[in-house]
Amino acid sequence: MGLDNAWWWQMADEGKLGIQRCLGCHTLRHPPRPMCGDCHSLEWDTVEASGRGVICSYTVLRHPQFPGYEYPLIIVLVDLEEGTRVTSQLVGCTPEQVDFDLPVQMLIQQDPDGFKLPVFQLAGVA
Amino acid sequence: MPISLKNETAIAGIGLTEFSKHSGVSELSLAAQCVKAACDDAGISPAEIDGFVTYTLDSTDEIEVARAVGAADLSFFSRINYGGGAAVGTIAQAAMAVATGQATTVVCYRAMNGRSGKRMGQGVSGEITSSDLIHWSWYMPYGMLIPGSWIAMIANKYMHKYGVTREDLGRVAISQRNHALRNSRAYGYGKPLTMETYLQSKLIAEPLCLYDFCQETDGGCAILVTSAERARDLKQKPAVIRAVTQASTRGQEQMTSYYRDELVSLPEMEMAARRVYAMANLGPDDIDAACLYDAFSSEIIMQLESFGFCEPGEGKHLVREGALDIDGRLPNNTHGGLISEGYIHGMNNIAEGVRLIRGTSTGQPPKAVNHVLVSSGVGVPTGAMILGQAQ
Repeated sequence: MGLDNAWWWQMADEGKLGIQRCLGCHTLRHPPRPMCGDCHSLEWDTVEASGRGVICSYTVLRHPQFPGYEYPLIIVLVDLEEGTRVTSQLVGCTPEQVDFDLPVQMLIQQDPDGFKLPVFQLAGVA
Repeated sequence: MPISLKNETAIAGIGLTEFSKHSGVSELSLAAQCVKAACDDAGISPAEIDGFVTYTLDSTDEIEVARAVGAADLSFFSRINYGGGAAVGTIAQAAMAVATGQATTVVCYRAMNGRSGKRMGQGVSGEITSSDLIHWSWYMPYGMLIPGSWIAMIANKYMHKYGVTREDLGRVAISQRNHALRNSRAYGYGKPLTMETYLQSKLIAEPLCLYDFCQETDGGCAILVTSAERARDLKQKPAVIRAVTQASTRGQEQMTSYYRDELVSLPEMEMAARRVYAMANLGPDDIDAACLYDAFSSEIIMQLESFGFCEPGEGKHLVREGALDIDGRLPNNTHGGLISEGYIHGMNNIAEGVRLIRGTSTGQPPKAVNHVLVSSGVGVPTGAMILGQAQ
């Protein structure tokens, strides 16, 4: 973590998916940056995303298999309904079920060390 | 002082070590060997070298190489960031240094024990402190640790949008393997690849399979840049640098430029294309052969579009027509490329571009080669170059 991104992980720890918002021009941005590339303001706050989005792209990782991850591992780019895009994991489904443009919903996954990670599942899955 | 780099400088020497999976020597040794070989190729003494350029990722300091080869006093030394995106960038810096009188004889090198030492495919890790490592922190917790995973996300979207198939990627890999069959230095020498074998190989990061990936390699490659005027009097036929540029565009990340509006093109390559064509006053129709950066096969098809050899989405047709083959419209990576010769981070693709201009490639196309396009890493801040014949 660094000074520019620790807040995002703190929000994740509180169960929220955060998006940075420029206080100068109200542009949402992700990944976070200390300055707005449009209006150059250093002032920003955060909004909590709804967690709803659609799959922009994905890949299924099979090799090499690193410790601490379950393979096959489905990685998704999610277009959030707020307009920003986030990279995450798709859980609770098989590689055969994933496809472009499917609606997804964020959930928080906690690893054995207590580290909380925003991930996604297909929308409508209990 | 020249206001353009067009035709000011030339590549007068290329030097390579043996390529292997276990060199058994230090990266400094590989660097010294390839730099000396580039001087021998050009017919000059290493004592004439007064400049070096390498990658930030290279482990060997310029001054160590200078001592090892007995270089002259150095008036120019510089490094380029962003992995394979540095390849042509090193030449751009060397050309600027020579054209502006900062140095007369600049050697660009990349030497790596890429298989027996630090392997790119082993992923990123480390303390999160720099802006670069914070960048990776958006991907590491999710398991995106290797270059193939980062590129696969773009490749999948591109293939979905334009109906590019795994067979199309296979055609790229097989075309380059066929080139490698003629090149005794290549990993793929004596190892033919069939579509059946390609399609049956294990998936690594869908849609990419084993044969879509480059070859982790131990080896070194050096490129000697001097003035075009001087190169004329040296040992080899010069490869004149018609145009060279670096390129990074809005929304650029290193490997993960996922937050641009659309993900099915390579804006930094399109920028490089615009700049080298304008500088050289040439267009895609003038390019006879290419060495397009190929850490992954999908990158080749996308670059055919970036550099204007076809319209967006039509790269697959060029590949299906055999455009990349030795007798095709655009013979590409005629040494086998990073996929089938070896992965020296793109420097070996520059060396092949020089051979194509000289007419000495083992995959020399059966036609006049007046202009060769060479590109740097895909998905990163990058660059491109057009090499031409001396006039």
